[in-house]
Amino acid sequence: MADKRMTEDEVIAELRSGMTLGIGGWGSRRKPMSLVRAILRSDLTDLDIVSYGGPDVGILCAAGKVRKVTYGFVSLDSIPLEPHFRVARQTGAVDISELDEGAFYLGLMAAAHRMPFYPTRAGLGTAMMSENPDLKTVRSPYDDGEELVAVPAFQMDAAILHMNRADAKGNGQFLGPDLYFDDLFAMAADKTFMSAEQIVPTEQFLQEGSIHTLRIPRTHVDGVVQASQGAHFTECPPDYGRDEAFQGDYAATARDPEAWEQFRKDWLELESHDAYVAKLTEGARNDRHS
Amino acid sequence: MTATLDEICVVALAEAFRGDGEVLCNPMGPLPVIAGRLARASFEPGLMLTDTIAYAIEGNLPLGGDPSTAVIEGYMPFRTVFDQVWSGKRHVVMGASQMDQYGNQNFAAIGPYRKPKAQLLGLRGAPGNLLNHPTTYWIPNQARTFSNTVDVVSAPGYDRIAQLPEASRRHFEIRRVVTNLGAYDFDTEDRRMRVRSLHPGVSLEQAQEASPFELAVTGDVGESRLPTDEELRLIREVFDPSGVRKAEFR
Repeated sequence: MADKRMTEDEVIAELRSGMTLGIGGWGSRRKPMSLVRAILRSDLTDLDIVSYGGPDVGILCAAGKVRKVTYGFVSLDSIPLEPHFRVARQTGAVDISELDEGAFYLGLMAAAHRMPFYPTRAGLGTAMMSENPDLKTVRSPYDDGEELVAVPAFQMDAAILHMNRADAKGNGQFLGPDLYFDDLFAMAADKTFMSAEQIVPTEQFLQEGSIHTLRIPRTHVDGVVQASQGAHFTECPPDYGRDEAFQGDYAATARDPEAWEQFRKDWLELESHDAYVAKLTEGARNDRHS
Repeated sequence: MTATLDEICVVALAEAFRGDGEVLCNPMGPLPVIAGRLARASFEPGLMLTDTIAYAIEGNLPLGGDPSTAVIEGYMPFRTVFDQVWSGKRHVVMGASQMDQYGNQNFAAIGPYRKPKAQLLGLRGAPGNLLNHPTTYWIPNQARTFSNTVDVVSAPGYDRIAQLPEASRRHFEIRRVVTNLGAYDFDTEDRRMRVRSLHPGVSLEQAQEASPFELAVTGDVGESRLPTDEELRLIREVFDPSGVRKAEFR
């Protein structure tokens, strides 16, 4: 069986500027942040991002890596409005396609199932239709004749996601309260790269979670990255909660370009995830605050 | 015991769930969450409520209370919540930054959508909610929110819905709009917003003053009911002892 373990930088080498990239997780929850930071220190640009967005979207927009964002929302959860994304929107820095949160799920599912679209009522009579001129409707072929929104499949060149556990073959396990839509991202994208808090021997999976937590099948995973604290500062329960203080610092940099450049240098463009974790554990943050 | 405005609003919102039976009650924000939990504790025992994360819970969990202390009766990850939306067995309470006389709601952005003056929450789940199941709105500042037009339609009102084919609009219902001044519905011929009740001490003139559009009035306008002593006890001692609900009136 193929050993799919690789590093963040090896994942980046598989990506290209202009690609459509899906990002798993939800808001400021279980985001593949070590991979997002690896994109920041690369030459990648003009990315089309597909995400239930959180700081992944905010950071990539603020760093000028994004051409377009397709999203169901962009939020930091405890801070409802993602401040860097707000700046990107209010300056018109990125193109967008915003969908109803549930309609977004259908776009992922259509791509995962290789369907051209899935129908829904969501969006009729709202800005979702008027502001997405490419969105079309279909009429039910049955007696009801209902007109429905045809949410197109989100074709993605690649997807990145973060799990609590993985094995070297590419099976993934979530141990928190919600898988979100990560299995659909994995199935929908041409290539999927999954980081995990721990890479464990396959036989250890069921020691930590029930069979229902084994939701990412290796058939849809091309690379596995060992990244403990890989979702930091977003939450990754039960391994760790959100680092609210760190998130607060990140959010505050949206008001001050100099503070953002400093934050980016100090935290987002360190040479490796190991260096980032070392800096976190050294208590470097406390020094910075003192 | 004398009820304060926030408690009257909690009860007015709770009343929106009366008769719902067994549906997922999904209030957004602290005061609506208190209202949903109060409705179940007082008069609508069939409601299903979540810890606002991924579990459906029994009992009277305080606002921000630790869900691990509650009995979990079901699993409601986001995917299941969407399934629940589309199945129709749900009643949501949302906020609004702007609302017009037909109930068109905006919490997406102020100014032109493509390059807004202020990016707000976005469309979120509003488009799907309105087309699939009842929606109630909580508006803590009526004067600032009611407007003649909305910059972005994140949730459609009755005039826009009227333009859709019958099959598309059959699940649409704005059950209630509760503000700091009163409770409103759309039970008029032309589906304009109507005064259903005014909170104690609020006159029709005051309510009208705080609205740029004409509020419809049919018959006698009632007064929003006061909380019972037991409801006041639940609000003050069980659901929100630290008074988080009072911070919403800004």
